[in-house]
Amino acid sequence: MSKPEKVVKGVKFGVLSPEMIRRMSVTAIVTPEVYDENGIPIEGGVMDPRLGVIEPGQRCATCGNTLAQCPGHFGHLELAKPVIHIGYVKHIYMLLKATCRSCNRVKIPEEDVVKYRDLYRRLRERWPQLASSMVEFIRQRASKALECPHCKARQFRVRLEKPATFIEEGGRGKLYPDVIKQWLSNIPSSDLEVLGLDPEVARPEWMIINVLPIPPIAVRPSIVLETGMRAEDDLTHKLVDIIRANEKLKEALNSGAPEIIVEDLWELLQYHVMTFIDNELPGVPVAKRRSGMPLKTLAQRLKGKEGRFRGNLSGKRVDFSARTVISPDPNLDVNEVGVPYEVAMTLTVPEHVTPWNIDRMREYVLNGPYKWPGANYVVDPSGRRLDLRYVKDRKALAEGLKPGYVVERHLVNGDVVLFNRQPSLHRMSIMAHRVRVLPGKTFRLHLAVCPPYNADFDGDEMNLHVPQTVEARAEAEELLLVEKQILSPRYGGPIIGGIQDYISGGYLLTLKTTILTKDQVSDLLATIDYSGEIPEPAILSPVEAWTGKQVFSLLLPEDFNFIGETKLSSGSLKCTSEECFWDTLLIVKKGKILAGTVDKTVIGSQQPKSLMHYLIMEKGVKFGAEFMNKAFKLFLRYIEMVGLTMTLDDIGPKRSALESAVKVIKNSYSEVDKLIEMYRAGQLEPVPGRTLSETLEIRILDVLARARDESGATVVEYMSLANPVYVMARTGARGSGLNITQMSVVLGQQSVRGERIWRGYRGRVLPHYRHGDLSPEARGFVASSFYKGLSPLEVFFHAAGGREGLVDTAVRTSQSGYMQRRLINALQDLYVEYDMSVRSPYGELVQFRYGEDSVDPRKTAFGKAVDIDRIIVKNMGWRMSL
Amino acid sequence: MSSEKRSVREKVLEHELVPRHELLTKEEALRVLRELGVRPEQLPWIRASDPIAKLLGAKPGDIIRVERKSSTAGVSVAYRFVVVG
Ligand SMILES: [Mg+2]
Ligand SMILES: [Zn+2]
Ligand SMILES: [Zn+2]
Repeated sequence: MSKPEKVVKGVKFGVLSPEMIRRMSVTAIVTPEVYDENGIPIEGGVMDPRLGVIEPGQRCATCGNTLAQCPGHFGHLELAKPVIHIGYVKHIYMLLKATCRSCNRVKIPEEDVVKYRDLYRRLRERWPQLASSMVEFIRQRASKALECPHCKARQFRVRLEKPATFIEEGGRGKLYPDVIKQWLSNIPSSDLEVLGLDPEVARPEWMIINVLPIPPIAVRPSIVLETGMRAEDDLTHKLVDIIRANEKLKEALNSGAPEIIVEDLWELLQYHVMTFIDNELPGVPVAKRRSGMPLKTLAQRLKGKEGRFRGNLSGKRVDFSARTVISPDPNLDVNEVGVPYEVAMTLTVPEHVTPWNIDRMREYVLNGPYKWPGANYVVDPSGRRLDLRYVKDRKALAEGLKPGYVVERHLVNGDVVLFNRQPSLHRMSIMAHRVRVLPGKTFRLHLAVCPPYNADFDGDEMNLHVPQTVEARAEAEELLLVEKQILSPRYGGPIIGGIQDYISGGYLLTLKTTILTKDQVSDLLATIDYSGEIPEPAILSPVEAWTGKQVFSLLLPEDFNFIGETKLSSGSLKCTSEECFWDTLLIVKKGKILAGTVDKTVIGSQQPKSLMHYLIMEKGVKFGAEFMNKAFKLFLRYIEMVGLTMTLDDIGPKRSALESAVKVIKNSYSEVDKLIEMYRAGQLEPVPGRTLSETLEIRILDVLARARDESGATVVEYMSLANPVYVMARTGARGSGLNITQMSVVLGQQSVRGERIWRGYRGRVLPHYRHGDLSPEARGFVASSFYKGLSPLEVFFHAAGGREGLVDTAVRTSQSGYMQRRLINALQDLYVEYDMSVRSPYGELVQFRYGEDSVDPRKTAFGKAVDIDRIIVKNMGWRMSL
Repeated sequence: MSSEKRSVREKVLEHELVPRHELLTKEEALRVLRELGVRPEQLPWIRASDPIAKLLGAKPGDIIRVERKSSTAGVSVAYRFVVVG
């Protein structure tokens, strides 16, 4: 490693002086003409060849370098009259207010200036924050003076007329830039210091432009269209405008034109220079291209999401990455990602040739870039990169491989890659997976990792990145691998786990009534490559048969105990003791399910204190991942065997049940009618803090909500535990009781902003109702179910209520996205020091102990040192209280 | 003690929601800074005009010790550096 000659110790920003601009300029720009009739750039125009090389192969007229080496060179334009730099308007305004109009000194008595300067210098060292508030104080004090303490001249109020006109009220009136420049250049440097300026690098008169730097061509390249026409960059267009306006102003001045003409032309020059710097100024007409598109000038290049900072510096596009649609693959392991051949043959991993892998490397080189697993490049020991697409004799190259060569080989099975889905809101949004190269054009992933990525398969796309060094690979594998992210630091529980069919499958398999023949057991165990003994059959006669609980128990460690209520354990199916009839209390002793079923609260994702959670905590994440691989395959195989599906009839309510449900709704209608009558008669007792009509609405909403729940319950009660829709809702696989109610009984009240729907015509939502009709059906109560079908009016109300949800999500995502951005910007560099304190990179303390208790939620029992209840269950197999 | 007689200072400091604040002596302050390995200005700041700082009579340059009730840790201790303002 060579030692750098110079070390950057700091960066200081200042204002370019006219002298500096002239000194760094290679040529004065003197003409608005750009090209001559032959299309050759004119010397002294904005495309002057001395400003840098444009075409490859040419040598720079200034520095003699070729396109790749020439850094580009500035030119300059002498303005006929000075103009204000729009970026410094605020500073100029401050200085005009704080300094004397006649002697141009800061309007503070001399002895105070000296005192302040002394204090300011000392403050700046240790208390930059205080120094800046002190400057603010001095500025305000100086601006208040009505009389100059130095020359006793009377002061006038200076007003800023946006965007860049200064007016001295009662004094000279409009202050022209040349007058301001004179004023600013008279302010002594010693006064500027207490006003917060560093006169060494930022004299205020430099904020008025009389020499404009012309940026090199490299920052505003012209592009040749396919028609052969030349299209110039927006900046070039703007520069031509400036030069033209400048020429006209110069002519007017030379010919002694009337003052108004000069002033107008000066104003025009000011406008062009202003929009050259920022084309989105408030109150300034936007400079447009002929097509009507606003010009992208200097500030527009830097600002915003696609700007230089956020778009090219904080975040940039990277190599060794791929993006495509995702789809599910239940046959993968949780740690794996399916990668299409096409992607695997484009992305490469550099692998050093060693005596131990040389045979494999030769194989890759022999296969070449078009056959997987092959290689795209070979780097020889001298650092030369050979593109295998153009190597004639790959066989010879393969023969010649020896240690010291690097082969950029295709992605192969087992490679570690990073996988990501936006928005990357938490650490689990980027996880490391092991590659499985597969046919097809999509990335494939295991369904259990959908929750951390928040992914589904309605067209979602994801990104994949290939680490290029051993260090990066090791880090990805040790810290980011899916199985190491199973436990979420948010609540300490598993964020990766069973979802949807895994849950219904687990339930169906472990049902008390699931009896399997030897063939079925063999089928199930074959899908998970089980190679141990088949246990004793639970039923010996008339044929040997096994229970589903027995099959599932084969996956549990033999020393594992667990007791927990299942999702099913509620209402009439609630179990509180081990002898419960309903089989809704899961009891695992010595690795065998003795009672209970497997459902969401047992193996579900985002379920703390579940069987899955304790398995992972006690047996390790590796075991956890392997358990999921096997258990979920088992569940899916079983669900295939029994066939879980639903038909229209499954949500069709029983006639008798529906009748009682309709009665409930009818009763609620008359109850609402009674409320409305009372309201009209003025007999309604208002809720504290509410008006009478608000009270009525609250009461009606309450009555109708209760009616919906009640009528729903009457129907759901009649549903059979064999009904697949009901099974899915009860086990937590998908859907809720409310969803079932809405499908088969009653949709219920539709609302906008938490109120019954009332917008529309005067006093009514639709012309089908009477004015002032407050009845349930006139205000969006949908009495039909999806099964029965909605009337046209009900469809309208449903659409109105549904629209709100869509708007809400759209608004929420943009708002929380912005909040996330600001939070991350504030927190990204904080770290936990060895003393467990949280600090910023400057050593500032943020928290004296991480999270006040310095506890990692993933590594403790819910913040406590020991989880006594769990230890008892784990070791004794029973729980003290349920 | 009748509630009329008690000063605002006492009432504020005894309020349930006001964590315990305590002005450190010079020796205590130096010890805290040494333990944490920080310069005083690297601690979180509190303005001298903050009501609690005024009650304690803290001047810029002082360090205040704050003891908060914490749902996770029971009691958590923090320090504040008093600044002008
Ligand atoms: Mg989606
Ligand atoms: Zn050059
Ligand atoms: Zn004066």
